[in-house]
Amino acid sequence: MTDAILEVQGLSKFFGAVAASDSLTFQVERGCCHALIGPNGAGKSTAIAQITGEVRPDGGSIRFNGREISRWPVHRRARAGLNRSYQITSIFPAFSALDTVALAVLARQPHAFRFWRDARRDERLRRSARSFLDRVGLGDRADVRAGDLAHGEQRQLEVAMVLATNPQLVLLDEPMAGMGRAETQQMLDILRPLKGSLSLLLVEHDMDVVFALADVVTVLVKGRVIASGTPSSIRADADVRRAYLGDGA
Amino acid sequence: MRRRSVVLAAGLALLLAVPPLAAIAGEPFAVTLASRVLIYALAAASLDFIVGYGGMVSFGHAAFLGLGAYTVGIVASHAFDGTAVPLLPFAWHGTDSALIQWPLAMLISALFALVIGALSLRTAGVYFIMITLAFAQMLYHLFLTLPTYGGQDGLNLWRRSEIPGLDLADDVSFYYLTLALLIISLLILKRLVHSRFGMVLRAGKQNEPRLQALGIPTVRYKLLAFVIAGAFGGLAGALTVNHTEFVGPGLLHWTRSGELLVIVILGGLGSLYGSVVGAAVLLILEEVIAGWTEHWMIVLGPFLVLVVLFARRGLYGWLAGREAEGD
Ligand SMILES: Nc1ncnc2c1ncn2[C@@H]1O[C@H](COP(=O)(O)OP(=O)(O)OP(=O)(O)O)[C@@H](O)[C@H]1O
Ligand SMILES: [Mg+2]
Repeated sequence: MTDAILEVQGLSKFFGAVAASDSLTFQVERGCCHALIGPNGAGKSTAIAQITGEVRPDGGSIRFNGREISRWPVHRRARAGLNRSYQITSIFPAFSALDTVALAVLARQPHAFRFWRDARRDERLRRSARSFLDRVGLGDRADVRAGDLAHGEQRQLEVAMVLATNPQLVLLDEPMAGMGRAETQQMLDILRPLKGSLSLLLVEHDMDVVFALADVVTVLVKGRVIASGTPSSIRADADVRRAYLGDGA
Repeated sequence: MRRRSVVLAAGLALLLAVPPLAAIAGEPFAVTLASRVLIYALAAASLDFIVGYGGMVSFGHAAFLGLGAYTVGIVASHAFDGTAVPLLPFAWHGTDSALIQWPLAMLISALFALVIGALSLRTAGVYFIMITLAFAQMLYHLFLTLPTYGGQDGLNLWRRSEIPGLDLADDVSFYYLTLALLIISLLILKRLVHSRFGMVLRAGKQNEPRLQALGIPTVRYKLLAFVIAGAFGGLAGALTVNHTEFVGPGLLHWTRSGELLVIVILGGLGSLYGSVVGAAVLLILEEVIAGWTEHWMIVLGPFLVLVVLFARRGLYGWLAGREAEGD
Protein backbone atom coordinates (compact mmCIF):
# COMPACT_ATOMS: atom_id res chain seq x y z
CA MET A 1 0.00 0.00 0.00
CA THR A 2 1.53 3.29 -1.06
CA ASP A 3 1.06 6.55 0.71
CA ALA A 4 1.36 9.31 -1.88
CA ILE A 5 1.46 12.91 -0.71
CA LEU A 6 1.22 14.16 -4.29
CA GLU A 7 -0.45 12.52 -7.26
CA VAL A 8 -0.15 14.13 -10.67
CA GLN A 9 -2.39 12.53 -13.25
CA GLY A 10 -2.59 13.22 -16.97
CA LEU A 11 -1.37 16.78 -16.62
CA SER A 12 -1.12 18.65 -19.90
CA LYS A 13 0.09 22.10 -20.75
CA PHE A 14 0.83 23.48 -24.19
CA PHE A 15 2.57 26.71 -25.06
CA GLY A 16 1.43 27.03 -28.66
CA ALA A 17 2.72 23.84 -30.28
CA VAL A 18 5.24 23.17 -27.49
CA ALA A 19 4.15 20.48 -25.08
CA ALA A 20 5.49 21.46 -21.68
CA SER A 21 3.43 18.73 -20.01
CA ASP A 22 2.04 15.90 -22.10
CA SER A 23 -0.17 13.50 -20.10
CA LEU A 24 2.28 13.86 -17.29
CA THR A 25 1.67 11.30 -14.55
CA PHE A 26 3.74 10.57 -11.45
CA GLN A 27 3.41 10.49 -7.69
CA VAL A 28 5.53 11.48 -4.75
CA GLU A 29 5.56 9.15 -1.75
CA ARG A 30 5.36 10.67 1.69
CA GLY A 31 8.74 11.23 3.30
CA CYS A 32 10.62 10.53 0.08
CA CYS A 33 12.87 12.57 -2.09
CA HIS A 34 11.60 12.29 -5.64
CA ALA A 35 13.87 13.68 -8.34
CA LEU A 36 12.57 15.04 -11.62
CA ILE A 37 15.27 15.10 -14.27
CA GLY A 38 15.38 15.73 -17.99
CA PRO A 39 17.09 17.86 -20.63
CA ASN A 40 16.63 21.60 -20.91
CA GLY A 41 13.10 22.51 -21.89
CA ALA A 42 11.71 19.12 -20.85
CA GLY A 43 9.01 20.82 -18.79
CA LYS A 44 10.33 20.34 -15.27
CA SER A 45 9.82 23.92 -14.12
CA THR A 46 6.44 24.08 -15.80
CA ALA A 47 5.39 20.94 -13.93
CA ILE A 48 6.36 22.55 -10.64
CA ALA A 49 4.57 25.78 -11.49
CA GLN A 50 1.38 23.84 -12.20
CA ILE A 51 1.62 21.97 -8.92
CA THR A 52 1.98 25.24 -6.99
CA GLY A 53 -0.73 26.93 -9.04
CA GLU A 54 1.37 29.58 -10.74
CA VAL A 55 0.65 28.08 -14.15
CA ARG A 56 -2.83 26.85 -15.01
CA PRO A 57 -2.80 23.40 -16.63
CA ASP A 58 -4.81 22.73 -19.78
CA GLY A 59 -6.01 19.48 -18.27
CA GLY A 60 -5.32 16.73 -15.78
CA SER A 61 -5.52 16.45 -12.04
CA ILE A 62 -3.28 17.24 -9.10
CA ARG A 63 -4.04 15.66 -5.75
CA PHE A 64 -2.29 16.70 -2.57
CA ASN A 65 -2.92 14.58 0.51
CA GLY A 66 -5.75 13.01 -1.44
CA ARG A 67 -7.51 16.31 -2.22
CA GLU A 68 -7.91 17.73 -5.69
CA ILE A 69 -6.09 21.07 -5.63
CA SER A 70 -5.75 21.99 -9.27
CA ARG A 71 -8.29 24.81 -8.96
CA TRP A 72 -6.96 26.28 -5.73
CA PRO A 73 -5.16 29.64 -5.82
CA VAL A 74 -1.43 29.69 -5.15
CA HIS A 75 -1.67 30.96 -1.58
CA ARG A 76 -4.16 28.31 -0.55
CA ARG A 77 -1.91 25.52 -1.78
CA ALA A 78 1.02 27.04 0.07
CA ARG A 79 -1.01 27.17 3.26
CA ALA A 80 -2.02 23.55 2.81
CA GLY A 81 1.70 22.69 3.09
CA LEU A 82 3.02 22.86 -0.44
CA ASN A 83 5.94 25.19 -0.92
CA ARG A 84 8.68 25.81 -3.41
CA SER A 85 12.00 27.39 -4.26
CA TYR A 86 12.82 28.86 -7.64
CA GLN A 87 15.28 28.01 -10.38
CA ILE A 88 15.98 31.72 -10.75
CA THR A 89 16.47 33.19 -7.29
CA SER A 90 13.29 34.91 -6.18
CA ILE A 91 13.62 36.93 -3.00
CA PHE A 92 12.73 40.31 -1.50
CA PRO A 93 15.92 42.21 -2.27
CA ALA A 94 15.26 45.24 -0.04
CA PHE A 95 14.57 43.16 3.08
CA SER A 96 17.32 41.96 5.38
CA ALA A 97 17.88 38.21 5.46
CA LEU A 98 16.16 38.10 8.83
CA ASP A 99 13.13 40.10 7.66
CA THR A 100 12.84 37.83 4.63
CA VAL A 101 12.55 34.74 6.78
CA ALA A 102 10.35 36.57 9.30
CA LEU A 103 7.99 37.24 6.42
CA ALA A 104 7.86 33.53 5.67
CA VAL A 105 7.19 32.76 9.34
CA LEU A 106 4.44 35.34 9.28
CA ALA A 107 2.98 33.74 6.15
CA ARG A 108 2.05 30.60 8.05
CA GLN A 109 0.05 32.53 10.66
CA PRO A 110 -3.70 32.76 10.04
CA HIS A 111 -3.32 36.35 8.84
CA ALA A 112 -1.03 39.39 8.94
CA PHE A 113 -3.70 41.97 9.72
CA ARG A 114 -1.75 43.39 12.62
CA PHE A 115 -1.31 47.09 12.35
CA TRP A 116 0.39 48.52 15.38
CA ARG A 117 3.32 46.54 16.67
CA ASP A 118 6.65 47.01 14.91
CA ALA A 119 7.38 43.72 13.15
CA ARG A 120 11.12 44.33 13.54
CA ARG A 121 10.70 44.25 17.32
CA ASP A 122 8.41 41.24 17.30
CA GLU A 123 10.55 38.77 19.25
CA ARG A 124 8.47 35.70 18.49
CA LEU A 125 8.75 36.36 14.79
CA ARG A 126 12.45 37.10 14.95
CA ARG A 127 13.44 34.19 17.13
CA SER A 128 11.71 31.76 14.86
CA ALA A 129 13.22 33.41 11.77
CA ARG A 130 16.68 33.30 13.31
CA SER A 131 16.44 29.57 13.94
CA PHE A 132 15.76 28.96 10.25
CA LEU A 133 18.65 31.21 9.24
CA ASP A 134 20.90 29.20 11.55
CA ARG A 135 19.69 25.98 9.99
CA VAL A 136 20.87 27.02 6.54
CA GLY A 137 24.09 28.54 7.84
CA LEU A 138 23.16 32.20 7.44
CA GLY A 139 23.01 33.03 11.15
CA ASP A 140 25.78 35.61 10.90
CA ARG A 141 24.28 37.28 7.81
CA ALA A 142 20.92 38.11 9.40
CA ASP A 143 21.17 41.88 8.98
CA VAL A 144 22.51 41.93 5.43
CA ARG A 145 20.12 43.09 2.71
CA ALA A 146 18.96 40.00 0.84
CA GLY A 147 19.83 41.72 -2.43
CA ASP A 148 23.43 42.17 -1.24
CA LEU A 149 23.99 38.51 -0.32
CA ALA A 150 26.22 36.37 -2.53
CA HIS A 151 24.43 34.13 -5.01
CA GLY A 152 24.98 30.97 -2.98
CA GLU A 153 23.74 32.69 0.15
CA GLN A 154 20.59 33.82 -1.64
CA ARG A 155 19.93 30.19 -2.59
CA GLN A 156 20.32 29.24 1.08
CA LEU A 157 18.00 32.07 2.04
CA GLU A 158 15.37 30.70 -0.31
CA VAL A 159 15.56 27.34 1.42
CA ALA A 160 15.27 29.03 4.82
CA MET A 161 12.19 30.86 3.57
CA VAL A 162 10.59 27.66 2.33
CA LEU A 163 11.30 25.78 5.55
CA ALA A 164 9.90 28.66 7.62
CA THR A 165 6.49 28.20 6.02
CA ASN A 166 6.26 24.81 7.73
CA PRO A 167 5.70 22.79 4.54
CA GLN A 168 4.84 19.11 4.08
CA LEU A 169 6.00 18.91 0.50
CA VAL A 170 8.85 21.05 -0.79
CA LEU A 171 9.37 21.57 -4.50
CA LEU A 172 12.97 22.50 -5.20
CA ASP A 173 13.71 23.79 -8.69
CA GLU A 174 17.45 23.37 -9.20
CA PRO A 175 18.48 24.48 -5.71
CA MET A 176 22.16 24.12 -6.64
CA ALA A 177 21.94 26.20 -9.82
CA GLY A 178 25.00 28.40 -10.23
CA MET A 179 26.72 27.07 -7.12
CA GLY A 180 30.34 26.03 -6.70
CA ARG A 181 31.50 22.68 -5.37
CA ALA A 182 31.69 23.69 -1.72
CA GLU A 183 28.33 25.47 -1.78
CA THR A 184 26.72 22.46 -3.42
CA GLN A 185 28.07 20.27 -0.66
CA GLN A 186 26.73 22.68 1.94
CA MET A 187 23.29 22.67 0.32
CA LEU A 188 23.34 18.87 0.27
CA ASP A 189 23.99 18.91 4.00
CA ILE A 190 20.99 21.24 4.46
CA LEU A 191 18.65 19.15 2.34
CA ARG A 192 19.62 15.64 3.40
CA PRO A 193 18.19 15.77 6.93
CA LEU A 194 14.85 17.04 5.60
CA LYS A 195 14.01 13.69 4.06
CA GLY A 196 11.65 11.71 6.20
CA SER A 197 10.07 14.58 8.07
CA LEU A 198 9.30 16.27 4.74
CA SER A 199 8.61 15.08 1.24
CA LEU A 200 10.77 16.55 -1.49
CA LEU A 201 10.29 16.97 -5.21
CA LEU A 202 13.71 17.87 -6.54
CA VAL A 203 14.56 19.17 -10.00
CA GLU A 204 18.30 19.00 -10.52
CA HIS A 205 20.79 18.73 -13.36
CA ASP A 206 23.73 17.66 -11.20
CA MET A 207 23.52 13.85 -11.28
CA ASP A 208 25.78 13.48 -8.26
CA VAL A 209 23.25 15.48 -6.27
CA VAL A 210 20.34 13.47 -7.65
CA PHE A 211 21.96 10.16 -6.84
CA ALA A 212 22.97 11.40 -3.39
CA LEU A 213 19.46 12.52 -2.38
CA ALA A 214 16.79 10.82 -4.43
CA ASP A 215 14.82 7.71 -3.50
CA VAL A 216 12.93 7.76 -6.80
CA VAL A 217 13.89 9.37 -10.10
CA THR A 218 11.47 10.32 -12.86
CA VAL A 219 12.86 11.26 -16.26
CA LEU A 220 10.98 13.79 -18.34
CA VAL A 221 11.49 14.45 -22.05
CA LYS A 222 9.25 16.81 -23.99
CA GLY A 223 6.70 16.86 -21.18
CA ARG A 224 6.42 13.09 -21.01
CA VAL A 225 7.70 10.58 -18.49
CA ILE A 226 10.08 8.24 -20.29
CA ALA A 227 11.27 6.37 -17.23
CA SER A 228 10.75 6.23 -13.49
CA GLY A 229 12.37 4.13 -10.79
CA THR A 230 15.13 3.84 -8.27
CA PRO A 231 18.31 5.81 -8.96
CA SER A 232 20.23 2.65 -9.84
CA SER A 233 17.60 1.39 -12.27
CA ILE A 234 17.51 4.81 -13.94
CA ARG A 235 21.27 4.81 -14.20
CA ALA A 236 21.04 1.47 -15.97
CA ASP A 237 18.12 2.36 -18.27
CA ALA A 238 19.21 2.39 -21.90
CA ASP A 239 16.52 4.88 -23.05
CA VAL A 240 17.53 7.31 -20.37
CA ARG A 241 21.18 7.02 -21.28
CA ARG A 242 20.35 7.76 -24.88
CA ALA A 243 17.92 10.59 -24.20
CA TYR A 244 19.63 12.31 -21.43
CA LEU A 245 22.60 11.03 -19.52
CA GLY A 246 24.78 10.63 -22.58
CA ASP A 247 26.87 7.59 -23.25
CA GLY A 248 29.56 8.51 -20.77
CA ALA A 249 27.21 8.31 -17.79
CA MET B 1 20.14 58.22 13.36
CA ARG B 2 21.67 61.68 13.77
CA ARG B 3 21.26 63.27 10.37
CA ARG B 4 17.73 62.05 9.83
CA SER B 5 16.65 63.23 13.30
CA VAL B 6 18.19 66.64 12.69
CA VAL B 7 16.37 67.00 9.38
CA LEU B 8 13.05 65.98 10.92
CA ALA B 9 13.47 68.24 13.96
CA ALA B 10 14.47 71.18 11.77
CA GLY B 11 11.49 70.56 9.51
CA LEU B 12 9.10 70.45 12.43
CA ALA B 13 10.57 73.62 13.98
CA LEU B 14 10.25 75.40 10.65
CA LEU B 15 6.61 74.37 10.27
CA LEU B 16 5.81 75.48 13.82
CA ALA B 17 7.48 78.84 13.18
CA VAL B 18 5.60 79.73 10.00
CA PRO B 19 2.76 81.80 11.58
CA PRO B 20 4.96 83.94 13.87
CA LEU B 21 7.51 84.47 11.09
CA ALA B 22 4.74 85.45 8.68
CA ALA B 23 3.39 87.89 11.26
CA ILE B 24 6.82 89.48 11.76
CA ALA B 25 7.37 89.73 8.03
CA GLY B 26 3.90 91.19 7.57
CA GLU B 27 3.02 88.47 5.03
CA PRO B 28 -0.18 86.84 6.34
CA PHE B 29 -0.62 85.13 2.98
CA ALA B 30 2.35 82.90 3.83
CA VAL B 31 0.18 81.10 6.41
CA THR B 32 -2.44 80.41 3.77
CA LEU B 33 0.19 79.04 1.39
CA ALA B 34 1.74 76.95 4.17
CA SER B 35 -1.67 75.46 5.04
CA ARG B 36 -2.05 74.50 1.42
CA VAL B 37 1.36 72.82 1.55
CA LEU B 38 0.36 70.79 4.61
CA ILE B 39 -2.90 69.66 3.06
CA TYR B 40 -1.18 68.58 -0.14
CA ALA B 41 1.50 66.87 1.93
CA LEU B 42 -1.21 64.84 3.66
CA ALA B 43 -2.84 63.88 0.37
CA ALA B 44 0.55 62.98 -1.14
CA ALA B 45 1.62 60.97 1.93
CA SER B 46 -1.53 58.88 1.68
CA LEU B 47 -0.67 58.29 -1.98
CA ASP B 48 2.94 57.45 -1.08
CA PHE B 49 1.60 54.79 1.29
CA ILE B 50 0.27 52.78 -1.64
CA VAL B 51 2.74 53.81 -4.36
CA GLY B 52 5.98 53.94 -2.40
CA TYR B 53 5.36 51.00 -0.09
CA GLY B 54 2.73 48.99 -1.92
CA GLY B 55 3.84 49.47 -5.51
CA MET B 56 0.30 50.46 -6.56
CA VAL B 57 0.76 53.43 -8.87
CA SER B 58 -2.65 55.06 -8.63
CA PHE B 59 -3.30 57.87 -11.07
CA GLY B 60 -6.65 58.68 -9.53
CA HIS B 61 -5.87 59.73 -6.01
CA ALA B 62 -7.45 63.16 -6.47
CA ALA B 63 -10.79 61.36 -6.51
CA PHE B 64 -10.50 60.73 -2.77
CA LEU B 65 -9.44 64.28 -2.13
CA GLY B 66 -12.48 65.45 -4.08
CA LEU B 67 -14.89 63.02 -2.45
CA GLY B 68 -13.77 64.14 1.01
CA ALA B 69 -14.12 67.79 0.04
CA TYR B 70 -17.56 67.29 -1.53
CA THR B 71 -18.74 65.30 1.48
CA VAL B 72 -18.00 68.26 3.75
CA GLY B 73 -19.29 70.76 1.20
CA ILE B 74 -22.57 68.91 0.70
CA VAL B 75 -23.21 68.25 4.38
CA ALA B 76 -22.46 71.91 5.18
CA SER B 77 -24.67 73.21 2.36
CA HIS B 78 -27.65 71.27 3.74
CA ALA B 79 -26.94 72.60 7.20
CA PHE B 80 -26.88 76.10 5.70
CA ASP B 81 -30.13 75.66 3.72
CA GLY B 82 -31.87 73.64 6.39
CA THR B 83 -32.74 71.02 3.77
CA ALA B 84 -32.41 67.27 4.18
CA VAL B 85 -29.50 65.32 2.73
CA PRO B 86 -30.97 63.21 -0.09
CA LEU B 87 -30.74 59.43 -0.46
CA LEU B 88 -30.77 58.83 3.29
CA PRO B 89 -33.35 56.52 4.91
CA PHE B 90 -33.86 59.16 7.62
CA ALA B 91 -34.13 62.95 7.56
CA TRP B 92 -30.79 64.58 8.31
CA HIS B 93 -30.23 68.25 7.74
CA GLY B 94 -26.46 68.16 7.67
CA THR B 95 -24.10 69.69 10.17
CA ASP B 96 -21.28 72.17 10.58
CA SER B 97 -19.46 70.06 13.15
CA ALA B 98 -16.02 68.94 12.02
CA LEU B 99 -16.24 66.00 14.40
CA ILE B 100 -18.99 64.57 12.19
CA GLN B 101 -18.07 66.10 8.83
CA TRP B 102 -14.45 65.02 8.71
CA PRO B 103 -14.79 61.39 9.81
CA LEU B 104 -17.68 61.18 7.37
CA ALA B 105 -15.43 62.50 4.61
CA MET B 106 -12.89 59.81 5.46
CA LEU B 107 -15.59 57.15 5.50
CA ILE B 108 -17.06 58.13 2.14
CA SER B 109 -13.62 58.27 0.53
CA ALA B 110 -12.76 54.90 2.07
CA LEU B 111 -15.96 53.33 0.75
CA PHE B 112 -15.26 54.57 -2.75
CA ALA B 113 -11.68 53.35 -2.43
CA LEU B 114 -13.02 49.94 -1.48
CA VAL B 115 -15.10 49.73 -4.64
CA ILE B 116 -12.50 51.28 -6.95
CA GLY B 117 -9.72 49.20 -5.39
CA ALA B 118 -11.68 45.95 -5.59
CA LEU B 119 -12.18 46.52 -9.31
CA SER B 120 -8.74 47.97 -10.10
CA LEU B 121 -6.58 45.54 -8.16
CA ARG B 122 -7.46 42.77 -10.57
CA THR B 123 -4.96 44.50 -12.82
CA ALA B 124 -1.38 45.64 -12.33
CA GLY B 125 1.20 47.93 -13.84
CA VAL B 126 0.09 50.25 -16.59
CA TYR B 127 -3.46 48.83 -16.55
CA PHE B 128 -3.78 49.75 -12.91
CA ILE B 129 -2.62 53.27 -13.71
CA MET B 130 -5.20 53.56 -16.47
CA ILE B 131 -8.13 52.11 -14.58
CA THR B 132 -7.60 54.27 -11.48
CA LEU B 133 -7.33 57.26 -13.80
CA ALA B 134 -10.58 56.24 -15.50
CA PHE B 135 -12.48 55.92 -12.21
CA ALA B 136 -11.28 59.32 -11.06
CA GLN B 137 -12.31 60.92 -14.34
CA MET B 138 -15.73 59.29 -14.03
CA LEU B 139 -16.21 60.93 -10.64
CA TYR B 140 -14.91 64.21 -12.03
CA HIS B 141 -17.57 64.14 -14.73
CA LEU B 142 -20.20 63.10 -12.23
CA PHE B 143 -19.61 66.21 -10.10
CA LEU B 144 -19.22 68.34 -13.22
CA THR B 145 -22.74 67.41 -14.35
CA LEU B 146 -24.45 67.26 -10.97
CA PRO B 147 -26.44 70.52 -10.87
CA THR B 148 -27.71 70.00 -7.30
CA TYR B 149 -24.23 70.67 -5.97
CA GLY B 150 -23.06 73.42 -8.27
CA GLY B 151 -22.05 71.42 -11.31
CA GLN B 152 -19.08 73.04 -12.97
CA ASP B 153 -19.42 76.12 -10.74
CA GLY B 154 -18.71 74.07 -7.65
CA LEU B 155 -19.97 74.62 -4.18
CA ASN B 156 -19.15 77.40 -1.73
CA LEU B 157 -18.59 76.59 1.89
CA TRP B 158 -20.36 79.40 3.72
CA ARG B 159 -19.00 78.49 7.13
CA ARG B 160 -15.83 76.62 7.95
CA SER B 161 -16.31 73.47 10.03
CA GLU B 162 -16.81 73.94 13.74
CA ILE B 163 -14.63 72.40 16.40
CA PRO B 164 -15.33 73.11 20.07
CA GLY B 165 -12.69 75.40 21.51
CA LEU B 166 -11.13 76.35 18.17
CA ASP B 167 -11.96 79.11 15.73
CA LEU B 168 -11.17 77.67 12.32
CA ALA B 169 -12.10 80.95 10.64
CA ASP B 170 -8.82 82.16 12.06
CA ASP B 171 -6.09 81.20 9.57
CA VAL B 172 -3.46 80.60 12.22
CA SER B 173 -5.68 78.25 14.24
CA PHE B 174 -6.56 76.44 11.03
CA TYR B 175 -2.87 76.13 10.16
CA TYR B 176 -1.95 74.58 13.50
CA LEU B 177 -4.87 72.17 13.41
CA THR B 178 -3.86 71.09 9.92
CA LEU B 179 -0.27 70.64 11.08
CA ALA B 180 -1.41 68.51 14.02
CA LEU B 181 -3.56 66.32 11.79
CA LEU B 182 -0.72 65.94 9.29
CA ILE B 183 1.70 64.83 12.01
CA ILE B 184 -0.79 62.38 13.52
CA SER B 185 -1.54 60.96 10.08
CA LEU B 186 2.15 60.58 9.25
CA LEU B 187 2.79 58.80 12.54
CA ILE B 188 -0.13 56.43 11.97
CA LEU B 189 0.96 55.64 8.42
CA LYS B 190 4.55 55.14 9.59
CA ARG B 191 3.35 52.73 12.25
CA LEU B 192 1.36 50.79 9.68
CA VAL B 193 4.36 50.58 7.36
CA HIS B 194 6.45 48.84 9.99
CA SER B 195 3.72 46.53 11.31
CA ARG B 196 3.16 43.00 10.05
CA PHE B 197 0.59 44.41 7.68
CA GLY B 198 3.12 46.90 6.35
CA MET B 199 5.73 44.19 5.99
CA VAL B 200 3.39 42.26 3.72
CA LEU B 201 2.62 45.46 1.81
CA ARG B 202 6.31 46.23 1.25
CA ALA B 203 7.09 42.65 0.30
CA GLY B 204 4.31 42.73 -2.28
CA LYS B 205 5.89 45.71 -3.96
CA GLN B 206 9.18 43.86 -4.33
CA ASN B 207 7.96 40.44 -5.42
CA GLU B 208 4.25 39.71 -5.34
CA PRO B 209 4.34 36.23 -6.95
CA ARG B 210 6.85 35.09 -4.32
CA LEU B 211 4.65 36.43 -1.56
CA GLN B 212 1.69 34.44 -2.85
CA ALA B 213 3.86 31.34 -3.10
CA LEU B 214 4.64 31.81 0.59
CA GLY B 215 0.91 31.56 1.27
CA ILE B 216 -0.19 35.16 1.51
CA PRO B 217 -3.32 36.22 -0.37
CA THR B 218 -1.83 39.51 -1.48
CA VAL B 219 -4.88 41.21 -2.96
CA ARG B 220 -6.75 41.70 0.31
CA TYR B 221 -3.71 43.38 1.87
CA LYS B 222 -3.32 45.68 -1.10
CA LEU B 223 -7.02 46.47 -1.03
CA LEU B 224 -6.95 47.42 2.62
CA ALA B 225 -3.93 49.66 2.00
CA PHE B 226 -5.82 51.27 -0.86
CA VAL B 227 -8.80 51.92 1.42
CA ILE B 228 -6.58 53.42 4.12
CA ALA B 229 -4.96 55.68 1.54
CA GLY B 230 -8.42 56.70 0.35
CA ALA B 231 -9.50 57.58 3.90
CA PHE B 232 -6.51 59.85 4.49
CA GLY B 233 -7.03 61.36 1.05
CA GLY B 234 -10.58 62.11 2.19
CA LEU B 235 -9.27 63.85 5.29
CA ALA B 236 -7.05 66.01 3.09
CA GLY B 237 -10.17 66.81 1.06
CA ALA B 238 -12.08 67.85 4.18
CA LEU B 239 -9.24 70.21 5.02
CA THR B 240 -9.01 71.58 1.48
CA VAL B 241 -12.65 72.60 1.30
CA ASN B 242 -12.26 74.40 4.62
CA HIS B 243 -9.07 76.02 3.47
CA THR B 244 -10.41 77.47 0.22
CA GLU B 245 -14.05 77.59 1.42
CA PHE B 246 -14.95 76.15 -1.92
CA VAL B 247 -15.05 72.80 -3.70
CA GLY B 248 -15.32 72.30 -7.44
CA PRO B 249 -14.92 69.37 -9.80
CA GLY B 250 -11.42 70.63 -10.64
CA LEU B 251 -10.28 69.07 -7.39
CA LEU B 252 -10.90 65.62 -8.90
CA HIS B 253 -9.34 66.34 -12.26
CA TRP B 254 -6.57 64.01 -13.44
CA THR B 255 -4.05 66.84 -13.46
CA ARG B 256 -4.52 67.01 -9.70
CA SER B 257 -3.77 63.29 -9.39
CA GLY B 258 -0.68 63.89 -11.50
CA GLU B 259 0.37 66.74 -9.26
CA LEU B 260 0.12 64.45 -6.21
CA LEU B 261 2.30 61.84 -7.93
CA VAL B 262 4.83 64.54 -8.77
CA ILE B 263 4.94 65.58 -5.10
CA VAL B 264 5.51 61.99 -4.02
CA ILE B 265 8.32 61.41 -6.52
CA LEU B 266 9.90 64.79 -5.83
CA GLY B 267 9.90 64.18 -2.08
CA GLY B 268 11.01 60.59 -2.33
CA LEU B 269 8.99 57.42 -2.92
CA GLY B 270 8.39 55.33 0.16
CA SER B 271 9.41 57.91 2.74
CA LEU B 272 6.10 59.56 3.82
CA TYR B 273 8.00 62.56 5.24
CA GLY B 274 9.18 63.25 1.70
CA SER B 275 5.64 64.26 0.81
CA VAL B 276 5.98 67.30 3.05
CA VAL B 277 9.23 68.32 1.35
CA GLY B 278 7.79 67.60 -2.08
CA ALA B 279 4.60 69.57 -1.43
CA ALA B 280 6.54 72.53 -0.02
CA VAL B 281 8.95 72.68 -2.94
CA LEU B 282 6.33 72.17 -5.63
CA LEU B 283 3.74 74.61 -4.30
CA ILE B 284 6.24 77.31 -3.34
CA LEU B 285 8.05 77.07 -6.68
CA GLU B 286 4.70 77.19 -8.42
CA GLU B 287 3.82 80.32 -6.48
CA VAL B 288 7.17 82.03 -7.05
CA ILE B 289 7.62 81.14 -10.70
CA ALA B 290 3.99 81.90 -11.51
CA GLY B 291 4.82 85.44 -10.36
CA TRP B 292 7.36 85.76 -13.20
CA THR B 293 5.76 83.77 -15.97
CA GLU B 294 2.53 81.91 -16.53
CA HIS B 295 4.52 79.07 -18.14
CA TRP B 296 5.77 77.88 -14.77
CA MET B 297 5.75 74.26 -15.93
CA ILE B 298 8.62 75.07 -18.32
CA VAL B 299 10.83 75.86 -15.35
CA LEU B 300 9.45 73.15 -13.11
CA GLY B 301 9.75 70.35 -15.66
CA PRO B 302 13.56 70.42 -15.96
CA PHE B 303 13.83 70.79 -12.19
CA LEU B 304 11.84 67.59 -11.74
CA VAL B 305 14.03 65.78 -14.22
CA LEU B 306 17.12 66.90 -12.31
CA VAL B 307 15.73 65.65 -9.00
CA VAL B 308 14.79 62.29 -10.45
CA LEU B 309 18.23 61.94 -12.06
CA PHE B 310 20.42 63.14 -9.21
CA ALA B 311 18.44 62.51 -6.04
CA ARG B 312 17.08 59.07 -6.71
CA ARG B 313 15.51 58.79 -3.30
CA GLY B 314 13.93 62.20 -3.74
CA LEU B 315 14.58 65.42 -1.88
CA TYR B 316 13.95 63.85 1.51
CA GLY B 317 16.38 61.01 0.78
CA TRP B 318 18.92 63.60 -0.32
CA LEU B 319 18.43 65.62 2.88
CA ALA B 320 18.28 62.77 5.37
CA GLY B 321 20.94 60.56 3.76
CA ARG B 322 21.20 56.79 3.98
CA GLU B 323 19.30 56.64 7.25
CA ALA B 324 16.17 57.63 5.38
CA GLU B 325 16.08 54.12 3.93
CA GLY B 326 14.72 52.76 7.18
CA ASP B 327 11.65 54.96 6.71
N1 LIG C 1 5.53 31.07 -20.26
C1 LIG C 1 5.93 30.33 -21.33
N2 LIG C 1 5.55 30.69 -22.58
C2 LIG C 1 5.92 29.96 -23.64
N3 LIG C 1 6.66 28.85 -23.57
C3 LIG C 1 7.08 28.45 -22.36
C4 LIG C 1 6.73 29.17 -21.17
N4 LIG C 1 7.28 28.56 -20.10
C5 LIG C 1 7.94 27.49 -20.61
N5 LIG C 1 7.83 27.41 -21.94
C6 LIG C 1 8.37 26.37 -22.81
O1 LIG C 1 7.96 25.13 -22.28
C7 LIG C 1 9.01 24.19 -22.36
C8 LIG C 1 9.31 23.66 -20.97
O2 LIG C 1 9.94 24.69 -20.21
P1 LIG C 1 10.44 24.48 -18.72
O3 LIG C 1 10.97 25.76 -18.24
O4 LIG C 1 9.38 23.84 -17.94
O5 LIG C 1 11.64 23.45 -18.93
P2 LIG C 1 12.68 22.89 -17.85
O6 LIG C 1 12.59 21.43 -17.94
O7 LIG C 1 12.47 23.51 -16.54
O8 LIG C 1 14.04 23.38 -18.50
P3 LIG C 1 15.40 23.85 -17.80
O9 LIG C 1 16.15 22.61 -17.47
O10 LIG C 1 16.09 24.62 -18.88
O11 LIG C 1 15.05 24.67 -16.62
C9 LIG C 1 10.18 24.90 -23.02
O12 LIG C 1 10.16 24.60 -24.39
C10 LIG C 1 9.89 26.35 -22.79
O13 LIG C 1 10.42 27.13 -23.82
MG1 LIG D 1 13.54 24.75 -15.33
